[in-house]
Amino acid sequence: MATPAIITHPESLKNPAGPSEYSKHPINSALTKEAKIALYTKMARIRHFEQRCIRVYQQGKIGGFLHLYVGQEAVAAGTISLLGKHDHIITGYRDHGHGLMVGMGMKECMAELTGKVTGCSKGKGGSMHYFAPDKNYWGGHGIVGGQAPLGTGLAYAVKFKGQKGSCLTYMGDGAVNQGAVHEAYNLAALWDLPVIFVVENNGYSMGTSQERSTAHPGCLAKRAEGYNMAWDVINGHDVYEVRAKTAVALKRAHEESKPTVLEIFTYRYFGHSMADPDKTYRDKEEIKEYRDKKDPVLLFEKELLAEKVLTPELVESINTAAMEEADAAAAFADESPEPTPADITKHIYWEEDNRSKKTTSSGTIIFE
Amino acid sequence: MAIISYREALRAAMREELKRDENVVIMGEEVAQFNGAYKITEGLLKEFGPKRVVDTPISEAGFIGLGIGASMLGIRPVMELMFWSFSYVAFDQIVNNAGNIRYMSGGLINCPIVIRGPANGGTNVGATHSHTPEAILASHPGIKVVCPATPYDAKGLLKAAIRDNDPVYVMENTILYNDKGEVPDEDYIVPIGVADIKRVGTDLTIVAHGRAVITSLKAAEILEKEHGVSVEVVDLRSIRPLDEETILASVRKTHRALLVEENKPFCGVDAQIAYLIQARAFDDLDAPIGRVSSIDAPQIYSKKLEDLQLPYPARVVEAALKVLA
Repeated sequence: MATPAIITHPESLKNPAGPSEYSKHPINSALTKEAKIALYTKMARIRHFEQRCIRVYQQGKIGGFLHLYVGQEAVAAGTISLLGKHDHIITGYRDHGHGLMVGMGMKECMAELTGKVTGCSKGKGGSMHYFAPDKNYWGGHGIVGGQAPLGTGLAYAVKFKGQKGSCLTYMGDGAVNQGAVHEAYNLAALWDLPVIFVVENNGYSMGTSQERSTAHPGCLAKRAEGYNMAWDVINGHDVYEVRAKTAVALKRAHEESKPTVLEIFTYRYFGHSMADPDKTYRDKEEIKEYRDKKDPVLLFEKELLAEKVLTPELVESINTAAMEEADAAAAFADESPEPTPADITKHIYWEEDNRSKKTTSSGTIIFE
Repeated sequence: MAIISYREALRAAMREELKRDENVVIMGEEVAQFNGAYKITEGLLKEFGPKRVVDTPISEAGFIGLGIGASMLGIRPVMELMFWSFSYVAFDQIVNNAGNIRYMSGGLINCPIVIRGPANGGTNVGATHSHTPEAILASHPGIKVVCPATPYDAKGLLKAAIRDNDPVYVMENTILYNDKGEVPDEDYIVPIGVADIKRVGTDLTIVAHGRAVITSLKAAEILEKEHGVSVEVVDLRSIRPLDEETILASVRKTHRALLVEENKPFCGVDAQIAYLIQARAFDDLDAPIGRVSSIDAPQIYSKKLEDLQLPYPARVVEAALKVLA
């Protein structure tokens, strides 16, 4: 029997239902009423999009893997809500929440899942490979931890160009044992790169609990000390806390060009992916406990109701609108055309897609 | 026109591109302060400073991945691998990230990275340091692979690679680093994907790349002097893209083909070339296609035996005579 992941979660999580102690933090009190409503709306949109995905998957319209973000919304919402023009984002395969937060549309996201040409990656990436470089979103990466060096490189480029920016490089708790992550940590600290490694710790690397996968000194973020990097732990069920503590790391990146490791405690309500029956490694009570008492969307809703920013009517209309938007996205994905066989060999090489321009090469590049 | 070494040609290519484009960065183990493990980058730190010429820790997955990420934002990193054999610890970055990002993003993201370094056996360093991964890497759509054999091609191909908007992997050869040849003083590139006929002949086509071109040219001399055979040597220069038309035109002229490479035979580059020739020039062939590769074993340490394991002129001559029989 796996030990519940909560054992390594911070003290604040044990009594998470009360008002956030970070609501009065300057980064949060500076938010206008409209900004708070917008933040809640974004979290609700992630929730409803993901839940709609389950239905589309069950209808057999989504192939491959589908890793849902339900339960983790406050992580993407809180961190990304702070970002500016030169701040970049890269993550692993549980990437829908980040995509919606940077402003990708539900339609292009849903159509990508069903492999349609109208998808954000034209049906070539799928659930694990969302990209929106025009919104500083660099994916969507399928190999655990493989994006950590890339995010470090994006931060390197920001620094090289003399921009005041950063790269938020997300990964799951399972990624912290990958060599590429440690190599990225070392380079980030060695070269003072403005990268923030965000470990979204949902307690399980697929079906293996943290206790069964990882030797660590009390928390995963503390490994940063081995690289002389700053670190912090965050209650990922409280979007205000996520914002308050991420802002510190962001300031460090912007003003000192120094990296940080943030470990954000969170929880996923569904299996690792839809292919995971979720029956072997945790019990239903544990999931219920989180859903009932620590749900990030409900906790923020409660907070904003108490602040009189939200009203029950507004909550209902926001959620109804998000559900309708997700329904419309599913309909859009249904109606969208499939890519054509000719599309298989497009977008492999810049050169091949730009034959009319002056290129530095010729010859056969796609083989029969 | 100056006579310079293959090493100097590579250095000149980087120097010129560093001057031409402020986004070019040289990065790798020992490339800056140490002046390069093989002195390819000698003097570049002094001339361009530590922002443009960067020493990395021994951390290939980390720094190659970092270069790939930086290239997505418009930096043009030229990454040195001390040996291409070391690419295997960075394989996920080199193949999965650099090779797939443009495709998986539906063409939204480019990855203009260059990774260069020696990829050869024959230096008496044992199996782990003697890999020739051009066939392995060229088998991945999204990646370009070039293998220069001469100083002229080394400079021209590396400059083309740095200006290319796709990932280009440049595989050099330590044994060629001191080879000298004519290199123009003015700016030029060798377009990627254009083969070069290094020797014109009429009786047999030898297709080769990298140092196997030099070996084949030596064999061609022997074949002419001792056997009266006129051999054409086609230097692929680029593995992917591949100049299929030059290979086919030569085979259609000579009607006989011998393929020479320093790879091991199984799934080597020449397996693809042999397929190409039989598919498109079958009726032009007067004999089965011949092949010379490294002997199919991990690279042996013993210097004497390693010299026999790799293709050498006498072996190429023997194989050529079989094709000509």
